[in-house]
Amino acid sequence: MHLKTVAKYIRRSPYQAISALMIMTLTFFVITCFAFLTIISVRLIDYLESRPQLTVFFSESAAPEDISALKSQLEQTQKTVSVRFISKDEALKIYQQQNKSDPILLDLVTAEVLPASLEIQTLQAEDLSSLVPIVKNAQNVEEIVYQQDIVDKLISWTNGLRIAGVSIISILIVVSIFVILTIIGIKITIRREEIEIMKLIGASNWFIRTPFLLEGMFYGFVGALVGWGLSYGILLLLTPQISSFLQGMPVFPISYVLVLEVLAAELIIACVLGVFASFMAVLRYLK
Amino acid sequence: MILFHNVSKKYGNEYGALESVTFTIPQGEFAYLIGPTGSGKTTIFRLIIRDLIPTDGSIMLGEWDIIKLPKKKIPVLRRKVGVIFQDLKLLFDRTVGENVMLPLLFSGVNESEAKVSAQEALAEVGLGESFDKFPIQLSGGERQRVAIARALVFRPEILLADEPTGNLDIKTSQQIVDLLRAINKKGTTVFMATHNESLIGGTDRVIKLENGKLVEDKNKKHEKAHASHKDSDVKHTEKPETKKEEKEK
Repeated sequence: MHLKTVAKYIRRSPYQAISALMIMTLTFFVITCFAFLTIISVRLIDYLESRPQLTVFFSESAAPEDISALKSQLEQTQKTVSVRFISKDEALKIYQQQNKSDPILLDLVTAEVLPASLEIQTLQAEDLSSLVPIVKNAQNVEEIVYQQDIVDKLISWTNGLRIAGVSIISILIVVSIFVILTIIGIKITIRREEIEIMKLIGASNWFIRTPFLLEGMFYGFVGALVGWGLSYGILLLLTPQISSFLQGMPVFPISYVLVLEVLAAELIIACVLGVFASFMAVLRYLK
Repeated sequence: MILFHNVSKKYGNEYGALESVTFTIPQGEFAYLIGPTGSGKTTIFRLIIRDLIPTDGSIMLGEWDIIKLPKKKIPVLRRKVGVIFQDLKLLFDRTVGENVMLPLLFSGVNESEAKVSAQEALAEVGLGESFDKFPIQLSGGERQRVAIARALVFRPEILLADEPTGNLDIKTSQQIVDLLRAINKKGTTVFMATHNESLIGGTDRVIKLENGKLVEDKNKKHEKAHASHKDSDVKHTEKPETKKEEKEK
């Protein structure tokens, strides 16, 4: 009965329904985009944190004995989890793996141009400070890369993204609530006479309110579904490009379970949002 | 039974629509409410279904004290009393059948049962074939019958008819009155407002209003009920809650 009434209300004012659906779709498109960005950045941070915290690149003139001596010295501190030697040949293999889709890059690089390195992972992040002087004082060290710097920068970007996301989503949610409130309010005003008649012949307030609440829920549900679908479609389309940009960092694939969890959460939020906005309209216009 | 005791209704501070109106209509009676336009007939019906709150006095509908009735019980009251409104109040975007089914759906009756009852009610008023038509496709008299069917569909104990023959020709008016009399014979109290005195029979109960005052109560059959209520000395003053409700209206 109520569903039929909802369908009738929507059919009779299609432009209002389209406006409500569009704002909900936009809101949930943005929410889904930020959800996927958050998932990607968290995976990126996890991956980078699991990588060696310190990488020491050696110059051309470094003798294997020098590298081996430094490796032993570092291991003797008992502050390392692992100290792994990457030879020029291994470095080339890694490079080839990362750039296997680009033959031009592969042709340009040989093992000779790539430096040998030591990848050091410490027991605790604080141990880095005691290891750095040892590495700096070693002979033939060309460059030292601190993974933590990259992670810190990424965390800072992610936090910035999160703040921007929360701000934009908050604004969109408020706008959605007001749009649905206004649309339902207009519909109540248009149907004032019908509502009055229904009240006079014995309709309870809830009987009159329910179709409007269900209509709000419908806008939320469909808007979230379409917004999520658009966002996920774009993510699938851009996956090859993003993977290529991230140079083989294992961010993809995002499991279907996680994607469906995002959808389920969004549908619940959208329904609550739609019902809340309609309820506000009902309280305001249906006394 | 409908009981009005010293009921007054003022709109604002000045205009008094009703002044100390007292009458009793026992269960099963057919009573007319007559008087010129603006005499307070519609106000009485609106008071009975708690669409208005009296400024003073008390109204009883069977065991129910209309003024003390909690707000959430108002829909229940309106499903107990069938009303044929002066302007019919049909929903023109719904079929005749859907209009008649509405009060049943409000009470939680399922759609298929409501459909059967609506068809029966329509057949009772001679519109058995019009279930799927829209009110706009019907004549004035037929629309009036739809309004009667809607008021009857949940078998109310009391039927209020506010000028049900107002816009009809004499023949159709008489048919409507005959229909209401037939309903009354089945035990339903019928209280009908009209300014067409030619419809009234010699032995009918007639309550006459003029300028909001009861000026005549002819062929009153149940003086005792009225008197006993007077003796009970029920004094109802305006309650803050009811004042607030009226303000909202």
